[in-house]
Amino acid sequence: MARVNYLAALRDAMAEEMRRDPRVFLMGEDLRANLYGSSGGLLDEFGPERVIDVPLAENGVVGVAAGAAMVGMRPVLDITISAFLYPATDQIISIAAKSRYIYGGQTSVPIVIRSSMFYNAGAAAQHSDRPYSMFMSTPGLKIVAPSDVYDAKALLKASIRDEDPVLFFEDFNLWGTAARLPDDEEIILPLGKAAIKREGADVTVFAIAGSVSLALAAAKILEGEGVSVEVIDPRTIKPLDVETVLTSVRKTGRFVAVDPANRTGSVASEIVATVSERIFTSLKAAPLRVCTPDTHIPFAAHMEKGLYPSTESIAAAVRKVMAASKPQ
Amino acid sequence: MALSNSLHAEMYRRMLRIRLFEEAAVELLQRGEIAGALHTTPGQEATIVGACIPLSDQDYMVGTHRSHGHPIGKNAGLKRLMAELLGRVTGVNRGKGGSMHLADFSVGSLGETSIVGSGLPVATGAALGSKMQKNGRVTLCFFGDGASSEGTFHESLNMASIWKLPVIYFCENNGYAISTPASQTVSVKDIAIRAAGYDMPGHVVDGQDVLAVHAVMTEAVERARRGEGPSLIEAKTYRYDEHAMGLPPSNYRTAEEIERWRQRDPIKLFKAVLSEGGMNASEIDAIEAAVKTDVAEAVKFGLESPLADVAETYDHVFVDPILPLQSA
Repeated sequence: MARVNYLAALRDAMAEEMRRDPRVFLMGEDLRANLYGSSGGLLDEFGPERVIDVPLAENGVVGVAAGAAMVGMRPVLDITISAFLYPATDQIISIAAKSRYIYGGQTSVPIVIRSSMFYNAGAAAQHSDRPYSMFMSTPGLKIVAPSDVYDAKALLKASIRDEDPVLFFEDFNLWGTAARLPDDEEIILPLGKAAIKREGADVTVFAIAGSVSLALAAAKILEGEGVSVEVIDPRTIKPLDVETVLTSVRKTGRFVAVDPANRTGSVASEIVATVSERIFTSLKAAPLRVCTPDTHIPFAAHMEKGLYPSTESIAAAVRKVMAASKPQ
Repeated sequence: MALSNSLHAEMYRRMLRIRLFEEAAVELLQRGEIAGALHTTPGQEATIVGACIPLSDQDYMVGTHRSHGHPIGKNAGLKRLMAELLGRVTGVNRGKGGSMHLADFSVGSLGETSIVGSGLPVATGAALGSKMQKNGRVTLCFFGDGASSEGTFHESLNMASIWKLPVIYFCENNGYAISTPASQTVSVKDIAIRAAGYDMPGHVVDGQDVLAVHAVMTEAVERARRGEGPSLIEAKTYRYDEHAMGLPPSNYRTAEEIERWRQRDPIKLFKAVLSEGGMNASEIDAIEAAVKTDVAEAVKFGLESPLADVAETYDHVFVDPILPLQSA
């Protein structure tokens, strides 16, 4: 077991997949200089042909990756800041997501598009986006948002092996984390399968990416208050493992969805709608969402802090759901 | 004339296949058999065929929204193309792409896209893939004068140049982006001038002269196969029909202008060249008769094919959907 930090785990995932499959190559901004910390040593090992620094042309670069994938390559693209996905939405949505469908299955677009969500980092409105939910309503895209070091490595490896386009969202708030990972066995997790990160009996808390650790911390506090919280991490936002959530809520009867994205049209909204639609009668209280309010992110730290889900706000939502529950 | 008679015959045959395919498609549209938008190519056959003929079926090609002719130029069979226009399960895209998205991967036709300019990065990526795979394949990227103002054009040419990719950017300049003259929207007299900004050769060619197009394209293909990088070719051409069938007659171009271009019809011009070159009338008649038969058989095949299968509506969204897609 070696202690590995979050960014090194991502690097290791890419290196392992590049060793395994000669079709895998990296494209991105500032990869060779390892500016962000997840590409250290890759240029030396794999050479400039497979570690390509790209011009600042996000839309074109995504399309180049898609075209290369359509002729048999497996590009892993680092677009860096998640808001840089926006200029590339033409190629992400109209090309990467739709080509297989529109050409009647003649092709596929196995690309991975990595990006980082730099929220809670004093980066202001244009650099602090958590945009996975914007892409959730586009068919044909898979969306992954890991919540810890192990999952980051295991899910990135699965994403690289997947035959469909994957948007892989990395939470900046996890960059400083580290974990002991096995160095003698491969770790890989299936896409589309949620994880029960903590078992509990009274409330199901669904949480995404960096908010999973907050939910686990809240669960610990609530345990001291006599409330047993089950924490579910979807790992993959699309396709969303609804059944694992429904099974949990059937057991607990209470549901809180935590999502660092803006509330309107969030993953939290989607899962709350699904739970309400499918198992309304199992609910003892109305489900609650804990999200970022529908505002832009301000620069000043004292303004930004408090906008995102926190251990306190998650715990408060759980208490509220408990208090609102119908007598059984 | 250095070209062989059989190559000339093949050029004539492919140009005629495009023209008669389009005429048949328009008739089917008028009879109500084809639904939706139909963007036809009569007038542009020499640009298409001159550009495609130097390529093999293993080379790649990316088309545009006005693109029935491109796969035909690239040697695709007519039956499954016509079936696609008719929304049949036997269509190249199983009825899910239609007129603006014909693709026949069996002859290297990687598809057509209806978002103007969005095919340029895909073609660039296919060329990157070929270069990495060292398979000697060249990619032909069609686009129009309108697309030359899109960011994807500039991003793609820049990347192809810095990476010396085996791609030919082939602009079919028909003078108008729907109704807007290129003279009002393009900053340079010839789009080919823009090649200089990306350090690649730029060529202007008479798009009504299939031999001239063939000659300049052959040079660009040889350059690409030698590993010397991309070229930009601009063919000056014209579409006889409106932007899409069924739109009201032009108020943005005069009857005289259209007639002037019709006088230089690429098929008539080349037929005269063939006659002068010694191809006898019976040979020409035989080509024409065979093409008429092929087109009639394609129409028959399409009309007699079953409609696209509603059950396939949810197929091809993903290679591996993981969870069953929900219809409601």
